[in-house]
Amino acid sequence: MDGEPITIRKLRERFGGEVLDVQRRPGDDAVTLKRGRIPDIARFLRDDPELRYGYLMDICGVDYLDLEIQPRFAVIYHLYSLEHGHRIRLKVPLDETDAELDSVVPVWDGANWFEREAFDMFGIKFRGHPFLRRILTHHQFVGHPLRKDYDHGKRQLCTEVWDLEFE
Amino acid sequence: MNNLGYCHAIEEWMGIDIPPRAQALRVFFNEMHRILDHCVCLGPGLVDLGALTNLWYLFNIRELGYELIENACGSRLTTSYLRVGGLTRDVPSDFYKKAKTFLKESPKNLTDVRRLIERNRIFVERTRDIGVVSKEDAMAWGYTGPCARASGINYDVRKVRPYSGYENYEFDVPLGDRGDAHDRYMVRIEEMVQSLRIMQQVLDNLPEGAASTDDPRAFIPPKHETYDNIEALMNHFKLIYEGIRVPKGDWYSFTEAANGELGFYCVSDGSGNPYRVKVRPPCFAICQSIEKIAVGHMIPGPDGDRRKLMNIIAGELDR
Repeated sequence: MDGEPITIRKLRERFGGEVLDVQRRPGDDAVTLKRGRIPDIARFLRDDPELRYGYLMDICGVDYLDLEIQPRFAVIYHLYSLEHGHRIRLKVPLDETDAELDSVVPVWDGANWFEREAFDMFGIKFRGHPFLRRILTHHQFVGHPLRKDYDHGKRQLCTEVWDLEFE
Repeated sequence: MNNLGYCHAIEEWMGIDIPPRAQALRVFFNEMHRILDHCVCLGPGLVDLGALTNLWYLFNIRELGYELIENACGSRLTTSYLRVGGLTRDVPSDFYKKAKTFLKESPKNLTDVRRLIERNRIFVERTRDIGVVSKEDAMAWGYTGPCARASGINYDVRKVRPYSGYENYEFDVPLGDRGDAHDRYMVRIEEMVQSLRIMQQVLDNLPEGAASTDDPRAFIPPKHETYDNIEALMNHFKLIYEGIRVPKGDWYSFTEAANGELGFYCVSDGSGNPYRVKVRPPCFAICQSIEKIAVGHMIPGPDGDRRKLMNIIAGELDR
């Protein structure tokens, strides 16, 4: 395993059973993980003194329907370590029938809206999220607009006024 | 500026080399847009504090910038000067004159604003220790750009991972230490000064040469070749009908936009249309923290003094 970036090496050592695949490209490494222990892995990546991924840059969903990749969905995390200058991308594949995984909001506060966006656009559920509600579409909206089988010509009007509450 | 982020993402993945002149002009207009963006943040932000005059001074700068970009690409607000592979066209002949006017007039306006504001008691009292974001919080919330630097996080993509030849220019990255609205103001002002410095360096050493790559995968061949040469003609058709065919794969690319790290996560299926592009806008991460920071402050606080000095751009939230 010599020459492997430290993040990947440490992930293999500590969470060897969780790592499904590793994609290596200078400055743009990616690790595919099982969904089971995501919050533990996230906490480890944030707190380990040699890693210190303090920044969660982005969370997004991807729908692989047209690419015919199984399982259909994936959640992508982009992490950055200010201290060491490392970057890593975590990919968590999710099955269509059971698109759920644990939220990382307890680890990074900033995950909040990104997870809500992924929920809104793809219908991926984040267990333990403090306020998992639609963020970009309105409350009467049906379906998830960035799924590849969503009819993008469909118009959905918002007819009811909703009491705004402080979120 | 956002164009640059996306073009950079595609070029980086395809390995397209950009000629030095195009790189330099990109940096020039990128920094100009950084200044224009900070003007819009500070101008209306100060109006909310009751300091109206600054808006006119700052929008003087903006008007000069609009003239410059209109001269280059034909539009003022919804500009699109960059293409994958370079620029749409080289700058016109009177670019130097206009650029020099910009570099001469902008500092004067900036100085006027600074003289009006920085020792103004109302301004200082309404921004100092208002909306404080600690370094740890800023990182946890995913702050980047001027708001993060005001909290003391030394992170600037232009320094950490230079693109478009930023490593060739000398500039400083200003940092704050309190993370309050006052620091966010000061960081933005200093960034404008540094941007002017970069623009001056570009103008002093602007290389000659082409303004776009001749890589056939990305750029439409010159008109005379399209008419005279069958390969060029076919290439032209292919690029127009199919678009730029980007190799399969997924990647993440990021640049320093005016408000922080602007990231593009792209998934390509090898065709001329992107399969999935996720934009990571800096303001989305910053905006979600306002709820927490606003607790315990008066309403004019979050809305005027603070929201504006954080520069939340609605277009970055819903994209």
